[in-house]
Amino acid sequence: MNETSTRRIVIEPVTRVEGHGKVTILLDEQQQVRQARLHIVEFRGFERFIQGRPFWEAPVLVQRLCGICPVSHHLAAAKAMDRIVGVDRLSPTAEKMRRLMHYGQIFQSHALHFFHLVSPDLLFGFDADPTVRNIVGVARKFPELAKQGVLMRKFGQEVIRATAGKKIHGTGAIPGGVNKNLSIAERDALLEEAEPMLEWSLAALKIARDYTLEHQSELADFAAFPSSHMCLVRPDGGLDLYDGRLRAIDADGEVIFDQLDDQRYSEQIVEEVRSWSYMKFPFIRDLGPEKGWYRVGPLSRMSACESIETPEAEKARREFIDFAGGRPSTLSMAYHWARMIELLHAYEKVIELLDDPDLQGDELLLRGERREEAVGIIEAPRGTLIHHYRVNADDQITMANLIVSTTHNNEPMNRAVTGVARRYLSGATITEGLLNRVEVAIRAYDPCLSCATHAMGQMPLVVTLVGPDGEVIDRRSRP
Amino acid sequence: MSLRALVFGYGNPGRLDDGLGPAFAQALADRQLEGVRTDAGYQLSVEDAAALAACDLVIFADAAVQGAEPFFLEAIEPRAALSFSSHSIEPSALLALGEELFGARPRAWALGIRGYHFNEFGERLSAAAEANLAAALEFFEGWHRAGFLPPTEEGERVDHVGAQGDDSLRG
Repeated sequence: MNETSTRRIVIEPVTRVEGHGKVTILLDEQQQVRQARLHIVEFRGFERFIQGRPFWEAPVLVQRLCGICPVSHHLAAAKAMDRIVGVDRLSPTAEKMRRLMHYGQIFQSHALHFFHLVSPDLLFGFDADPTVRNIVGVARKFPELAKQGVLMRKFGQEVIRATAGKKIHGTGAIPGGVNKNLSIAERDALLEEAEPMLEWSLAALKIARDYTLEHQSELADFAAFPSSHMCLVRPDGGLDLYDGRLRAIDADGEVIFDQLDDQRYSEQIVEEVRSWSYMKFPFIRDLGPEKGWYRVGPLSRMSACESIETPEAEKARREFIDFAGGRPSTLSMAYHWARMIELLHAYEKVIELLDDPDLQGDELLLRGERREEAVGIIEAPRGTLIHHYRVNADDQITMANLIVSTTHNNEPMNRAVTGVARRYLSGATITEGLLNRVEVAIRAYDPCLSCATHAMGQMPLVVTLVGPDGEVIDRRSRP
Repeated sequence: MSLRALVFGYGNPGRLDDGLGPAFAQALADRQLEGVRTDAGYQLSVEDAAALAACDLVIFADAAVQGAEPFFLEAIEPRAALSFSSHSIEPSALLALGEELFGARPRAWALGIRGYHFNEFGERLSAAAEANLAAALEFFEGWHRAGFLPPTEEGERVDHVGAQGDDSLRG
């Protein structure tokens, strides 16, 4: 074996994350982990597909990108197209309808992720039998908890349906505003369903919080590393998931940039291409490609914002920050705790908005002076989502650039997997325990790999051990 | 009393033939068949388990990347899922969840309509997928007229039903 030879261990695809991911663990000659890579087959064709289409179609078309997060793409595109039609500030009714849609989405997405994907790991342990460590196992052992998770997801979906018009291909947000308000009947139906959600949200938060506190020494050695963080914030530095300006902080919590106009994101965010991945690696320009990587998503938002405007979530945020010693948390697994704080915040915002009579207003659409280029940024459930478009005089889209949260988290996820592999790989065999932990680490980021289609006949989990010459040494699949 | 049937058509209509499931559900909705409700989505999700309690028969209609042409139909049973995508759920796991949480025990079938083109963006079905969709709809209407008797029994229409092994449905 020459100096550059390595052994490769391939885990594919990662279960319980969307689409197909593949993990390659590169070993050196001493059988030690040199590097681990999460390969994500990101489908970039969309940016070409949308070229030539009328700009007003974008908020509907982009929902096709992702079966999980269509509302995030819908709203990010609509925000960009607001600027294209010259609208910098929506009418109160339009902005509040969009916010309601977004908080409904955050609520359902976080509930689904936690109960469906994460709770089996936390409730049964990473090494529990996979035939038990799943949502049906949770339903059998903790039926009330599982039912709450299902009904929370359903509630969030109903909020989306009431604001976007329908469950699939929603059309609620249009350039310059919205196409409907919320009727009294829709409002009352949602308020009736919302009644138990506060208690359930607090209970979910407690599970995530208690788990982190009880396992903190173990988690400090599990995919934990310092990093920079980025998110949108309000002018006062508070959390805002729908709109704001960009802030980035370093691992000590010191500001790298702050209040960066979303239209000028490219002054600070640069995308690097690496030969082994379809997915780009964004970095902060001032720090360069080596040091400029950062995390996004719930952990970053809790770390970078200075406050949350809703009382229960703010109380929870303060405890979260105290736990981390006033600095950004290094724990990948703390994403779950942060995510449940946001779940609670989303619930509080939904209730606040449902009580707001502006939702029954009828000023839905505004127009201004037409522009040729615009950016829309939103804090999607998984993190910062950037849509950037150019539109010609014939109203056709000529350029689209999308940076999704999974792309921002590309480098952090690779570091998380590398950390777990170094800690748990023994010899050149993939044990069930290692496999479980690699998956748990990736799931903390809730990566969106759904650009792959899901039709019947896809591959199950396959684990392949590949030698230095590319030969397959071992292969196992699950289930 | 006629059976209460629920048809879930799921897939991404922006990914060419992946839209076969929603197209099937929409076509059935347009036909307004007695006792048949339809729903469509990008994917199945856990909250769909609640709807299972209100039906006697459920059909999960999806595009199939392999298997019989023009379509296949296979009875499915509740089964705890061993492998999930994070935000979607397989039909057999959804049945298990519906049974555990809502006491739902509908007869269930997976209808896999063969598609061919999935890896590009585009809101259209290929000509071959359109033909398979038409065949599946024709079959379904006949099955509905027959009271949804198990179609794999002797004397039932089986010529468009490919005999599929488990692998084709276990994604």
